[in-house]
Amino acid sequence: MSLRIVVTVKYVPDATGDRHFADDLTVDRDDVDGLLSELDEYAVEQALRISENSDDAVEITVLTVGPEDAKDALRKALSMGADKAIHVEDDDIHGTDAIGTSLILAKTVEKAGYDLVISGMASTDGTMGVVPALLAERLGVPQVTLLSEVSVEDGTVKGRRDGDAASENLEASLPAVVSVTDQSGEARYPSFKGIMAAKKKPVESWDLSDLDLEAEEVGLEGAYTTVDNAAERPARTAGTIVKDEGEGGKQLAEFLAGQKFI
Amino acid sequence: MAEVLVYVDHVDGSVRKPTLELLTLARRIGEPVAVALGNGAADTAATLAEHGAVKVLTHEAAEYADYLVVPKVDALQAAHEAVSPAAVLVPSSAEGKEIAARLALRLGSGIITDAVDLEAGDEGPVATQSVFAASFTTKSRVSKGTPVITVKPNSAAVEPAPAAGAVEALNVTFSDTATGTKVTGRTQRESTGRPDLTEAAIVVSGGRGVNGAENFAIIEALADSLGAAVGASRAAVDAGWYPHSNQVGQTGKSVSPQLYIASGISGAIQHRAGMQTSKTIVAINKDAEAPIFDLVDYGIVGDLFDVVPALTEEIRTRKG
Repeated sequence: MSLRIVVTVKYVPDATGDRHFADDLTVDRDDVDGLLSELDEYAVEQALRISENSDDAVEITVLTVGPEDAKDALRKALSMGADKAIHVEDDDIHGTDAIGTSLILAKTVEKAGYDLVISGMASTDGTMGVVPALLAERLGVPQVTLLSEVSVEDGTVKGRRDGDAASENLEASLPAVVSVTDQSGEARYPSFKGIMAAKKKPVESWDLSDLDLEAEEVGLEGAYTTVDNAAERPARTAGTIVKDEGEGGKQLAEFLAGQKFI
Repeated sequence: MAEVLVYVDHVDGSVRKPTLELLTLARRIGEPVAVALGNGAADTAATLAEHGAVKVLTHEAAEYADYLVVPKVDALQAAHEAVSPAAVLVPSSAEGKEIAARLALRLGSGIITDAVDLEAGDEGPVATQSVFAASFTTKSRVSKGTPVITVKPNSAAVEPAPAAGAVEALNVTFSDTATGTKVTGRTQRESTGRPDLTEAAIVVSGGRGVNGAENFAIIEALADSLGAAVGASRAAVDAGWYPHSNQVGQTGKSVSPQLYIASGISGAIQHRAGMQTSKTIVAINKDAEAPIFDLVDYGIVGDLFDVVPALTEEIRTRKG
């Protein structure tokens, strides 16, 4: 028995940078540094833990869809300990929405072969959190999503999903699509040895033709949604800021009363 | 007038507030037809009718509670076939977004998540979204298929508008994948008696400055004086001072209340991403340079251990 895990990761603009839209209303990637989406580090971490706890051979492939620079995200995941990487890159992918992204990912994991796909709960740029569910729907396999705990044993994935009203214990047979939250366990830092080893690990590059996809199925042209307008939110008008000289609590109550909150 | 499907979020027949907000927004686009599933589905009808549902499609089956997400997608798909609506609206909870996404894929439709406003447009509903930690506002629409849109709580004021609310049983055939993910156990979260974080009109949050789990009592006391929900920053949650279910921010809950009071929170981008659309923002922090002060309508530079109890006391006095 062996277990093939594919971890989907995203290369995103740094949230602490000055994020903008480009003229075509897609995310401007030129003006701000990119990095591996923080929430995807938890997915890589869980794949590594599953591997460490398994008696069977486990192969971890990290997969990303994105421009040339997105290789940085793959290198980070490889330096954490993943075995190999797939980079799907094609000029026609620019502007692809969530529905299209799930199509590319589904075609890629089917071609690569998988028993388990692990994703972060959402990307830190689009923050939709729908790609794992879309991917499960496309692949026709169970979705076991938003897990704060995950384990794999004897062809079954189990996990705990903490919802608003209840915590649920979930169980599904492999193959399956899993997503994990930031509560699943601290992601490890790459070691120096890991960083050196990552340089020698294989990174395959696939384009749309490798996946039997046509340009018009993805990209802005293939998108199912249209952004008509993006406006920078006007800066908040400067608020009142006072130093507490002993009356701060009362002053604040006065403000809240003036706003009809009390 | 075109019909609009509204997915009903309810607990044993008790309809949650975000669904009533959806009904208000749905009326801008067409005639709301509500879909209520699972235990107590039919009990939702009176409330839904009061808020504008012309029809309530119901279906009860154990599958909705015993398996994850997919049975609900099957039901919405059946409702879509029965009604041929102009749009499908779903509350923007974690589960709501997953249901909506899978439905959109099946319908060959686009999906928009986390809308904060919705209006009718020449080419279908136009959704307003707040992106990049609320630094941008976008207007988008679904350009293929039946628009599937999830809407964040607190995006509209609930307005009653009595309608027929005729209850009809929905005919649902579950798909092969419906039973793929089994729910083997469920632990209900203990009620604190406070409003739900994402639905609350007022949220009082504590961060690193609260400096200990035991000190969250003063944050809770302020919240209770205002009838508010309690939130926490990631720093406070990671330190184990407050449960993750109360975390406000990029990796926690996104809140958009009428009033947000941040105590001992510096205002890192990750936190701002979760609260920046709050209507009125108040902060209490010792550090005058804290980035949270860039966002506030009213800020107090001071020790939260002095200001918060004094504020709570003053509110109690004023409320008598």
